[in-house]
Amino acid sequence: MSLLHLLVLSPFILALFIPFLYKWFRNVHTGWFILPLPVLLFVYLIQFVSAGPGLGFEPIMETVPWVPSLGINFTIYLDGLSLLFALLITGIGALVVLYSIFYIANKKDEPLNNFYVYLLMFMGAMLGVVLSDNLIVIYVFWELTSLASSLLIAYWFHKEKSRYGAQKSMLITVTGGFAMLAGFSLLYVITGTFSIQGIIEQSQVVIESPLLVPTVLLVLLGAFTKSAQFPFHIWLPDAMEAPTPVSAYLHSATMVKAGIYLVARFTPVFGGTSIWFWVVSLAGLITLTWGSISAVRQKDLKGILAFSTISQLGLIMSLLGLGSAALYFDVAEEGQVYTVATMAAVFHLINHATFKGGLFMAVGIIDHETGTRDIRKLGGLMALMPITFTISLIGLASMAGLPPFNGFLSKEMFFTGVLDATGLEVFNMQTFGLIFPVFAWIASIFTFLYCLIMLFKTFFGNYQPEKLEKEAHEAPIGMLISPIILISLVVIIGLFPNIVSYTLIEPVMNSILPGFQFDVNLYHWHGLNTELFMTLGVIVFGSLIYMNLGRWQETYFFLRERDPFNQVYDRGLDGLITGAQGVTNVQMTGLLRDYFAYMIVFMVGALTVTMYWFDAFTFAVDPDSMASIPVFAAIIVALTAIVSLSLPFIHHRVSAIIVLGVVGFLVALLFVVFRAPDLALTQLLVETVMVVLLLLCFYFLPELKKEDFKPRFRWLNLVISISVGLIVSLIGISTLALSDTAQFESISEYFIENTYELTGGKNMVNMILDDFRALDTILEVLVLGIAALGVVALIKMRFKGGEDV
Amino acid sequence: MELLMILLIGIIFSVSTYLILTNSLLRVIFGIIMLSHGAHLLLLTLSGFNEGAPPLLGEEASVYADPLPQALILTAIVISFGVTAFLLVLGYKTYKAHETDKLDKLRGHADE
Repeated sequence: MSLLHLLVLSPFILALFIPFLYKWFRNVHTGWFILPLPVLLFVYLIQFVSAGPGLGFEPIMETVPWVPSLGINFTIYLDGLSLLFALLITGIGALVVLYSIFYIANKKDEPLNNFYVYLLMFMGAMLGVVLSDNLIVIYVFWELTSLASSLLIAYWFHKEKSRYGAQKSMLITVTGGFAMLAGFSLLYVITGTFSIQGIIEQSQVVIESPLLVPTVLLVLLGAFTKSAQFPFHIWLPDAMEAPTPVSAYLHSATMVKAGIYLVARFTPVFGGTSIWFWVVSLAGLITLTWGSISAVRQKDLKGILAFSTISQLGLIMSLLGLGSAALYFDVAEEGQVYTVATMAAVFHLINHATFKGGLFMAVGIIDHETGTRDIRKLGGLMALMPITFTISLIGLASMAGLPPFNGFLSKEMFFTGVLDATGLEVFNMQTFGLIFPVFAWIASIFTFLYCLIMLFKTFFGNYQPEKLEKEAHEAPIGMLISPIILISLVVIIGLFPNIVSYTLIEPVMNSILPGFQFDVNLYHWHGLNTELFMTLGVIVFGSLIYMNLGRWQETYFFLRERDPFNQVYDRGLDGLITGAQGVTNVQMTGLLRDYFAYMIVFMVGALTVTMYWFDAFTFAVDPDSMASIPVFAAIIVALTAIVSLSLPFIHHRVSAIIVLGVVGFLVALLFVVFRAPDLALTQLLVETVMVVLLLLCFYFLPELKKEDFKPRFRWLNLVISISVGLIVSLIGISTLALSDTAQFESISEYFIENTYELTGGKNMVNMILDDFRALDTILEVLVLGIAALGVVALIKMRFKGGEDV
Repeated sequence: MELLMILLIGIIFSVSTYLILTNSLLRVIFGIIMLSHGAHLLLLTLSGFNEGAPPLLGEEASVYADPLPQALILTAIVISFGVTAFLLVLGYKTYKAHETDKLDKLRGHADE
């Protein structure tokens, strides 16, 4: 147990104490007790940040055994990639906790203890995901983040939309998580280890394995559902029902990047294969474009930010896909070009966390101070909320990719990445390569457009106090601290990008693309290149569309806010329920007859198929081994057959009972014929008692009516019954024939020889029952006793009528 | 003889299956009684019939009928008797409580 293990577990430990702290210190906001933890963790983690170029630290690996016999150990692995994510989680976590203290401040009746327990649970789980090396441990923490996320989305559980959003996110992310577990299992099958570092060492084995394609798809399914990639993005806009600090933390900065983390983590394993390259980069590209176009139609500020998050995650994802091409060339000179894409991905990851967190907090402030997030009601807030305006302006400018903020740099690098990709001469890129820059450019125009919409509809135009629930005014300072810190980072990184290049990006690059040399040097002016003209085009076209917004805002496409894929999800869920109900209604009829029929048909079918399959039907009975047929025996058999066959045709209760008795007595006679005196005696006795019992009981019963089946059922029943008789007969004959061929000595010889010597009795059947196999007899007596007790209990019970007996 | 018996057993199994598939509780119980007859006879038949004496050592015969299946059937007869007796009383009480022995009317509650 190292300090790093404690780091992962500390949020869970603190969460245990939250209910007590909440109860004992009612006047102190519970959030103040939480705040020191992420701050401490952040301060602890920041010491690992490397000081200069090439000074990246050696990865740390610490193991605590969990289930060592299955190769499942709680192994912490801290390298550049984990460190970056851990810093994001703790850093933004601290800011979000601070923000939430003021956000949920004036609501005395809010269940704060729930909120902070869920939040701490999420923080611990997320740290576990990024710091673990063992796949199973990652999976456990992964599902914990899904659970915590759903709990947080449904924080205001009395609202129906919150519950809907929570259920949706749970269903989608857990489905993906489960697929990911299957992918992890396949990886274990291929490599024989659950350790990611162990798998990276065997990446050649994985790539050459025939299981590569299913493994890649299953693992990516987990990553795509978590990171809201197309078409699994639909849960993210509905998750906006969560309190805004949650949206800022989970649904922009951390949880949705778990999928990105996973893809980055597995790039050294799968990178360089065409399936990985195409699936990751195409999914990212489609998500990027779809998200940015959908964001434009949103009327809710958080809705815009949700789709913008989807789109930016797609951007990072596609860059990771493009960057993985570098591994194809295996450290050769050609590969170096494509590392730019990976660098852009990492850089944009940091940038996105900063500006998106800040923007969410700004939207939360607007919501908090005006009572609405609807852009049709807002307007003219610039003068009323100057600080929030400044925060939003910088955040939006950075998101749109304008200089001098950090978004501009990552957008330029993004364009460089997609342009470089067109020069790629593997994976069919010669034919399809051009779609990358085209899609990227279109998506950037729409990104610019929704940033303009957000800015102008909220802060410019006319102030409409009559539409607002509250008088708009600037937020308290406590609420502004966190977004100000985040937005300062946007500016600082934008102006001095190299402060993150050696400290953060280079170690991350070493983790994603091991063995490559990087030239991580970020600067603003790249000269008059294609990227710059693309950016200019984005600004020009975006502004043009915005100026004509009134003209096509009324079109059908823009009026509909909901994503069309929601219909697929909703109908699918409804269909699943009605379909399951339909299947149940068809088979679960509640009729005993139907269930009997299912059972019998299945048994007959299974027996027939099995016997036929193994060629076990045989009729080669040796006539010499058969006993002869005495005339009286033949007569008794014929009588039994006739009497049995008449039973279904009798519609009179006393006759039926007598016929049943006759069958019983005929069976006793058959026992006599086959020299079984004890059986004959017992059968006679039992049959007599049975007939008496029947007469006693059913004297009170109504007449047996003629069966009024539907004709379909009558014939079906006949076919089923005959088939049962047939299969029993066929198996019986085959058994006889086979027992002729496989001559085993019967064990009965032992009883015949030893009965008298061992027991002193001469009746072999009785001696077997009482002496050789007396245990059967004891239990049989027990059965009779229980049956007798049951009968007595039933008779003694008094029914009022209508109960189930 | 064995083949004849197998034929008879097949008929008994068919009859009992047909009875079990009917709608009347009484007939279903009849079917179960018949099914146990069929099973007992099948046990006896499959061990084979020889021309030996009953399994009593006092007979001083050279060949005896197989005693083991007889012991097994004896156990089975008693158990099926116990079960049938219970079923009969259960059927009787069901009729008393619901005043019908039609299985399609005995369908429990709507919310099940």
